[in-house]
Amino acid sequence: MPSPTAPALRLHEVSKSFGSVVALRSGSLSVDAGSIHALVGENGAGKSTLVKIIAGLYRRDGGVVEFQGQAVDFRSTAEAKAAGIAVIYQEPTLFPDLSVTENLFMGRQPTSRWGRIDRRAMRAEAERLFARLGVDVDPDRPADGLSIADQQIIEIAKALSLDARVLVMDEPTAALSGNEVDRLMTVARTLRDSGCAVVFISHRFDEVFALCDTITVMRDGSYVSTDAVADVTVEEIVRRLVGREVTDLYPKQDAEIGEVLLEVTGLTQPGLFTDIDLTVRAGEIVGLAGLVGAGRSEVAQAVFGVDEYAAGEVRLGGERVPPRDPVRAMDLGLALVPEDRRRHGLVLDAPISRNITLATRGRLSRGGLLTSRRENATAKEWAARLEVKAAAMDTLAGTLSGGNQQKVVLAKWLSTAPKVLIIDEPTRGIDVGTKAEVHRLLSSLAAEGMGILMISSELPEVLGMADRVVVLCEGRKTAELSRADATPESVMTAATAAGQEKAS
Amino acid sequence: MSAPSTQAAPKTPAGAGTTTTRSYADSSRPLALRLLLTRDAAVLGLLAAVVAYALVMVPNFDSQLTIYFLVLDIAPILLIALPMTLVIVTGEIDLSVASIVAVTSVLFGVLTREGAPIALAAVLAVVAGALAGAVNGLLVTRLGLPSLAVTIGTLALYRGVAVGLLGTTAITDWPETWTDAVTATFGESQIPVIVVPLAVAAVLFGLLLHFTSFGRGLFAIGLSSESARFSGVDVERTKLLAFVLTGLVSGIAGVYFTLRYGSSRGDNATGMELQVIAAVLLGGVSIFGGRGAIPGVLGGVLLIGVIGSALRLDGQSANVIQIVTGVLLVASVVSAALLGWLSRRVRRRPPTAAEAAPPAVPTAGGM
Repeated sequence: MPSPTAPALRLHEVSKSFGSVVALRSGSLSVDAGSIHALVGENGAGKSTLVKIIAGLYRRDGGVVEFQGQAVDFRSTAEAKAAGIAVIYQEPTLFPDLSVTENLFMGRQPTSRWGRIDRRAMRAEAERLFARLGVDVDPDRPADGLSIADQQIIEIAKALSLDARVLVMDEPTAALSGNEVDRLMTVARTLRDSGCAVVFISHRFDEVFALCDTITVMRDGSYVSTDAVADVTVEEIVRRLVGREVTDLYPKQDAEIGEVLLEVTGLTQPGLFTDIDLTVRAGEIVGLAGLVGAGRSEVAQAVFGVDEYAAGEVRLGGERVPPRDPVRAMDLGLALVPEDRRRHGLVLDAPISRNITLATRGRLSRGGLLTSRRENATAKEWAARLEVKAAAMDTLAGTLSGGNQQKVVLAKWLSTAPKVLIIDEPTRGIDVGTKAEVHRLLSSLAAEGMGILMISSELPEVLGMADRVVVLCEGRKTAELSRADATPESVMTAATAAGQEKAS
Repeated sequence: MSAPSTQAAPKTPAGAGTTTTRSYADSSRPLALRLLLTRDAAVLGLLAAVVAYALVMVPNFDSQLTIYFLVLDIAPILLIALPMTLVIVTGEIDLSVASIVAVTSVLFGVLTREGAPIALAAVLAVVAGALAGAVNGLLVTRLGLPSLAVTIGTLALYRGVAVGLLGTTAITDWPETWTDAVTATFGESQIPVIVVPLAVAAVLFGLLLHFTSFGRGLFAIGLSSESARFSGVDVERTKLLAFVLTGLVSGIAGVYFTLRYGSSRGDNATGMELQVIAAVLLGGVSIFGGRGAIPGVLGGVLLIGVIGSALRLDGQSANVIQIVTGVLLVASVVSAALLGWLSRRVRRRPPTAAEAAPPAVPTAGGM
């Protein structure tokens, strides 16, 4: 029997490493039944790893996990679910061609005599669940075309029908509009009042402070603090969140700002981004900030020409960069280090050398012929300059750590001697030491006169590195801030501008 | 939040020069191992073993006439296998090659019958082959259709045109100067002259695949077409070119086939696409793209040719030859999968954080 006083879920000094990368150093969390508990931390603080351990997706390397007072060790998501733990992800994965009801009971359909699926019982139960949550969703409509908010509701209803005692919501509101956030918060309160323990992960402090009663802060893979929300202020939480020597991690050099290199005017692609104006000058680092889904990566990929755009113009050094022609963009001096290293940045099954020279393979040819000797010579030079940790040039890129993979991608693009480097999430999935290295590199490149457009979801990175910050919100430019004007508050205000308009 | 720099600014990226510069080996394994532990080496070794066995055990295998027929028979397969390797390395496939052989053969015959000079007719036939390849390539790249489906369609289409043009008749009155030229031998020996153009073609395609930036693009596309696109590889143009080359070489093979057998017919080279693809896969080219080499492909073509000719000399029927070829092909695909699985198990390492995070669930939620 679970003891009545024990917390519904308790994690103590839980750790998890992937190879040499420590994703979670010491995660602790204690959630009571009938409570909404906020878990906050920067990207890379270890929240998602912690959640995946709770969900049974990862197995911990060390530490204690207790569920309703009893030590547990989930080996699969099925075990965690069966015990009564449900996790709602930012983007649920439903079967698009099945109805809402069918999705709710996927894999555990109630059966009548002869083992036939009892559709009537299923539908009645679905209606009962939605009524309990106080939401209005048609149980018969197909899941395809449902908004993300509705999909999350269906996941929550599923959890409820499984009688989940602990519900973890991993950044559920990141892609929701104002009204949808309100509805989700109402549902969360309903669950709390019915005795559920709710863990709520969010980067939006207004939501955290409006909804939650307790708040736990994580930083660099470790537990920092737990407080009652009433006892702390936003400023205090932000200080604990960042809480490190910012000067070490963001070595911004003063660079001489020169002439305009990259000029984007009126860039528009319906549904993704509208009327984007941007300039990047020589020696300047321009930060492109915004929430996930604000259209930052989409703009970058359109500028480089791997994606299309309907209207607008891109110029580099005065010359027009044609749409949908990355080869020409490259020749003009544009480089893009994409967000998704594994899908867009690297040929994982190819050696380091071939990856580094992929973009310069034409220039390296002599009389139309290209030899491994020439490629290796160039690749070694760049690998050494970026201090890629590998023994040999024929090591497959896919076997490197995240940080070294990023260095290989950087080597590939720096070897093209670009005038403007667009870099999307320069330090995602990279350990802290390599992060500082990448930042130092970007800073020194700018000092040498390169123009850099840096997209980042990490606010400290944007504020620490950028000379100027352009903020996008739902595909529109909502602010352009100088280094002096860019503060966490001003950037966040601009990044959530549209959402607040809708809510009010 | 401003972070004034207090550190000395390194002039070169990442402070190279201030720290000891790293050095790297070209390869983590010695040269001998790298050359020997490949599919190419395995195929060539198997070829040597089969040849040695046949020389001892099969009567008449060691005669010059065997080489003569072997070379003439495998010539079209070898020719088409070269550009087919490029296509398969990009992860695509072309099943219509034998039909292109037929349609160019028929076109060559019809043009000659209607009075065109034979050289001009040959050139036009080859151009038609390139056009047929371009149709395949455009359907695959511009419309984004799977090449398997597209070329099954054009396999039927081109064959249909070939048969439609000539019906069940054949054009067989070819000037002897031309047919003899194709089957000519060096002096008194039985070694056919066409080994020279075959060798030249093999070297050219070997250079194209392994020593040009175009070739690097082919491999990059086969391994990750998205990463290739993001790295400045013109994926559409590269694939289109590979299909055009395949059509063009199939056209050359069509002209050769016509002169070799002195016959232009709609059913020429029926089923040859399977022999070509079997040879390419047997030669170690991955059907999933991104892996393969010309030496292995040459070994694959020769292996199929040698086994066929040895079994024929041994008095085996065509069925047996087909069965042996089929078993070899299945064995080669299975062994490739098995070796890949084994090597993955051997150097299995825990995934890095980046690898472990499923891309379907983005972790960044803004600030």
